[in-house]
Formats: sequence, C-alpha cells, structure tokens
Amino acid sequence: MKPITVLVSVDSNSVLLGARHFLNYLRDLVYDHNLGDVVEILETGSMGVYPEGVIVSILPDNVFYLVKTEEDVRTIFEEHILKGRRASRLLLDEGKVKSSVEIERLTQETRVVLKNVGEIDPTDIEEYIARDGYFALAKALQMRPEEVIEEVKKSGLRGRGGAGFPTGLKWEFTAKAKSDQKYVLCNADEGEPGTFKDRLIMEGDPHSLIEGMVIAGYAVGATKGYIYIRGEYYGSIEILKKAIEQAYEYGFLGENILGSGFSFDLKVRLGAGAYVAGEETALIESIEGKPAKPRLKPPYPPTYGLFGKPTVVNNVETFVNVPRIILNGADWFRSFGTPSSPGTKVFSLVGNVVRKGIVEVPMGTTVRDLVFRFGGGVEKGRQLKMVQTGGSAGTFIGPDKLDVPLDFDSYGKYGVSIGSGVILVIDDIHCAVDLALTVMQFFEHESCGKCTPCREGTRMAVDILTRISRGQGREEDLELLREIAKNAGEASFCGMGQSVPVPLLSILDNFEEEFRAHIGAERCPVGVCEFVRTSKKLKVK
Amino acid sequence: MREAILEVIEKARKTAEERDILINTLHEIQRMFGNFVPPEAIEVISEELKVPLSRVYEVLTFYTMFSTKKRGKYVVRVCESLPCHVEGGREIVRALKEELGIDFGQTTPDGLFTLETTSCLGLCGVAPVIMVNDEYFGNVTPEKVRELVKKMRGDAR
Repeated sequence: MKPITVLVSVDSNSVLLGARHFLNYLRDLVYDHNLGDVVEILETGSMGVYPEGVIVSILPDNVFYLVKTEEDVRTIFEEHILKGRRASRLLLDEGKVKSSVEIERLTQETRVVLKNVGEIDPTDIEEYIARDGYFALAKALQMRPEEVIEEVKKSGLRGRGGAGFPTGLKWEFTAKAKSDQKYVLCNADEGEPGTFKDRLIMEGDPHSLIEGMVIAGYAVGATKGYIYIRGEYYGSIEILKKAIEQAYEYGFLGENILGSGFSFDLKVRLGAGAYVAGEETALIESIEGKPAKPRLKPPYPPTYGLFGKPTVVNNVETFVNVPRIILNGADWFRSFGTPSSPGTKVFSLVGNVVRKGIVEVPMGTTVRDLVFRFGGGVEKGRQLKMVQTGGSAGTFIGPDKLDVPLDFDSYGKYGVSIGSGVILVIDDIHCAVDLALTVMQFFEHESCGKCTPCREGTRMAVDILTRISRGQGREEDLELLREIAKNAGEASFCGMGQSVPVPLLSILDNFEEEFRAHIGAERCPVGVCEFVRTSKKLKVK
Repeated sequence: MREAILEVIEKARKTAEERDILINTLHEIQRMFGNFVPPEAIEVISEELKVPLSRVYEVLTFYTMFSTKKRGKYVVRVCESLPCHVEGGREIVRALKEELGIDFGQTTPDGLFTLETTSCLGLCGVAPVIMVNDEYFGNVTPEKVRELVKKMRGDAR
C-alpha cells in the first residue's frame, strides 16, 4: 500500500460535477511530480451528501475536501500532498460528510447498507472480499436453506422498495412452492421520482447485491436470477455487468459455488422507460419481453412468477441487507430501528434542501432530523412549506408533521409514508396546486392504460387541476378530486393506480386553504400559477 | 443491414433464457440505427425471434425509450418529475422549447434536435437534469441549456 491514498467519488451525480475530469487532472499532477509510488488515487462511490461539488478524501489523514474546480485540485495537491498541511479553504465541514453525519446514532462500524459505498473501488472484487465480502455467502452455504430463511424471518427485514412486505415470509412462500425451476429477481427499476439510493448502492457496492441474491437463490432453491435495471441507468449497468463477470471468475456465481454443489446464474435485463415496471408483476412481464403491464394478483410471484415459475422479487436495498444479517445475526440487525421495522433505511434527500444526497439512518428517524440535521435545512434561507415523503406516490406533509418517526407504520399511524425513502423538501415559493398538477401529470403519463380508474382518473385529475391552476376552478372541484382519488384507490388494478390517493388526498387535506384560495380568485396566492382570464373554453386533452 | 441485425440477435440469443431477449435486442438495434427502430428491422426481429409483428410494435410503443420514428441527431430529454420541478425545471423546459422552437415530441426542421420529456433519472442530487442522447447534464440553468443547444448546433455544422 502506498503512503497516501486519495479517494475520489465518481458516482453518477459526482461525474456530472466534473469528478472524472478532476480525477484525471490529479493523476496528471501526481505523474508530473513523479509521485506515482507514493500516492494512490482510487475511484469510489458516493460519499453521501454532495453540496454542489465533488468529495475527495485523503487517507490515512481522514480529511475530506470539496472540489469544484481544477484550481481546487491543484491546491489540494500542492498543500496537502506536497507540503503536508491541510488546504483549509477547501476543507469540508465535518458535519457534511457521512462519517460524521451519522456518527451520533450510527457509527462507521454499524453502517449496514452503505457499509462499503464510498469506501471501496466498486470495480475491484478483491476490495469487497477484503471487507468480509462473500463471507456471508460462505456461511449461508453451510447452513440449511430453511435456517437461512429462519434467520431472515427473525431479523424482521421488510421490503425496502416501499411496500414493506416481510422478506423472510416471501422467501418461505417461494421455498415451499414446488417447481423444477425457480427465479430470484432484483427490482432495480428505481423509478420513484426523487429516489436514487439504489443507483448509488449499485454503483458503489455492486457485489453486496450479487451476494444477497445468491443467498436468496440458495434459500428458496432458485438457480437463476435477473437484475432488472432501468435502461436509463447507463453507468450503473456497466458497473453491475463488470461485477457479475468478476463474481463468475472468482466462483461466487456459476456452477458449484464454493464447492457447495449449489449453482446460480445471474443476468442483467434492461428496462426501457416505464414507471409501472417497478410493480413486481409488471417487471416480470417486461423481462418476458412484453409491455410492462401488471398481472392480476393472486397468484403472487412466489407461486407464479417469471415464466410461470415461483419467483422472489426484492428491491436492491433489501438484498444488500441480507449478507449483513447472515453474517451478524438477526439480533444484531434488530438492534437498529423500531420493533416493527428493524434495521436502517437509506433516504434520498432532494429538492430545496441544503445538502442533497443519500443518508443511512435507523428506521424511526423523524422527518425533522432528515431535513434539518442531515440535510442542513432549507436552501437559500427560505422557509419550509412542505415535504413530500416516499416519492411521487408518497404523502405531502406540512411543517406540523415533521416530528413523525418514519417507518413502515408511519403511514397507517400518522399519514406520513416512508415509500422508497425520498425526502423531497419544498420551500415557500412553491404553490400546492402547481405541485399537485405536476404529480398528477406524472401519474397520467405513467399510467399503463390497462384499467379505467387509473387511466381516466389521472386524466380527469389533471384536467381539474389544470383548470384550477388557470384560475378557472369551480367550487365543486375539490370534492371531485377527492372522489377521483377514492375511486382510483379502491378500484385500480395495481399498486400504481391504488396509490393515486396517497399524494392527492394528502396535499388536498394538508393544504386545502391554498386550493380554495385559487377558486374565484384574481391571481394565484403564491404567484406561481398563471391565471388565464379569457372566455375561451379550456382545452380538454 | 439484415446481416447486421441478425448478428445482434445471435449475440443476444447466447444469453437468452426463452422469451426474455426482446427488449435487450431492441435496445441494441435502436443503438445501431442511431435512435429509432425502422420498420425493416422490426420485420426481421419478428421473424427471427418468432414474436408476432403486433407484439414487437406493442413493446416499441409502450416504452418511452424506444421510437419507431426517426428522431433528431440529438435527442434532448428533460426531467419533468417533482424533484427537478421544484428546482427550476419549469424554466428549463421553457428555455429549451424557445431555443429549439419546438414542443415535446417534435423534431426541428433541420433534423438536429428532438425534444422529449423523461421521468426521474435518479440524479436528483444535481437537479435539474437533462439528457442529450446518452449523456447527462446536471445543475442546468436556462442559460446553460441555451448555450448547450448553440454548441451542439455549431458542432453539427
């Protein structure tokens, strides 16, 4: 090992901020100064929260810098590497990097899902192995499949894609189904707007996902797996494919894994732009080469899934938890989080928040902590107007609900959904009607058209909200919207249409006054909507 | 052309289970033709993979990343999801429509640009985000996207 190691975040977000360019520039500087034997430059995944720059860390000093320009790279090189002193101008406030952000509740050693993200080179399997990688697989293969399932059941792990179904139970159903062939699918069709945790997990630590899937395969008796990933996730696809190749080379995939007699094959399949493909049966249809339209349930995938065979479908984050549980035990896992939702959750902090990025905290962390302590509060000194939790299919809440602890029960108990873990911060220059319209346009666009309540309901909601946002709203419109939401929720074919009432009713209930203030008014109370004052009839799409 | 398509299909078959290669194959074929899948290719795919023509069209028109129409040299996709919207996405959409003189789903008369929307690209840390072909651009402003369009116009000349 060389005396100095420089880690540069090259996840997809950092790349857009110039990470590759800075990396090459730094390599040139090291080369020009003949320091190739002293300084190791490594690429790693996301270091957590990026405040508009690329995070660079230097080991063993454990110093973090924020780089925005080539000049910054030069300063760090000259000051820190050549002269051995800190480049104070670029030092990152300790509170902004993950190692300290989460230290209060979650020390480095107990980071569960993001254990390796931002710490290792994701394209090098040996770095993963050096951090106990594939040890859980070796341990699992010495257990009986039922014991593996029992451990996962005992851990209380629940699906991180949003629905929160107990993972161990899902596995048990699949294990009990009799069939000549079974499958394990990873739902990496991360389409919930604002969610990018799975992307960063896959880009930063692809082998944890692979390991989790092989363990699942062993537990349920499946010998084939697929990772279904969004077609737009270019960088992540390449990293995953490379990781799979390496896992085959090292014998963690393929025939007779670690001499256990168990074989498992893993392939990547691409999505092609369809939100509804994130619904598990729609995802299965898509892998089968069909439009991603959901199937009628039951039968559920554990009995009738891919190609009609028993199939486990889990989210990326869910699978990544599995090796940790197998290695450290269910009791260890239950020491984090809440009794009904054990473990941690990776949240994506987005919108008008100071520090955007992903953060891993125990289940049961409050919205307030996520927005203010980890996110640093609202940007540009503005006031917080609302937070949408859980993604586009999640709830809009006002500041009065900030102290709700988020877990899988918070929707039932307090009307605040955890969903896929999005915390979308919205400041006071935004208008509730305009936001509701944008969300409903999203649903209208993504509705697959199979069932009427979703296809027509979202279209009607968009029409009504458009008319309110143009100053042509009618008294009865709010009631109409509520009825549409109720119908879509009760009568839609799949989870997508069924989730329409979650955002729509929560924004109507929590911001009703603002909707009312649009009806019969002269202008939008916030000054966002452009009112149209003509006698021209509203164009209906 | 037929041979090139057959080659793609043969390659895909090597990793195939049963019916699961249609979408991956369509991605490859679309890349081969730039950014759309022409009718001639659709016929070959249908014959070779033994998937009815109607099914191939159904798939092509269901997913937003596919197109059966020739698109511009640069396909510009703007994220319209809420995380980009609250960070000034609306102004980006306006600037692009003005600068290009077209609406969503249209192609400029010179065949250079097609404007499309996209749902969340998972790059919300640097919102608002746009995509040009397979390249992403983050933290964009109306000025930045106008410059980008001008630069691409210059490059194309």
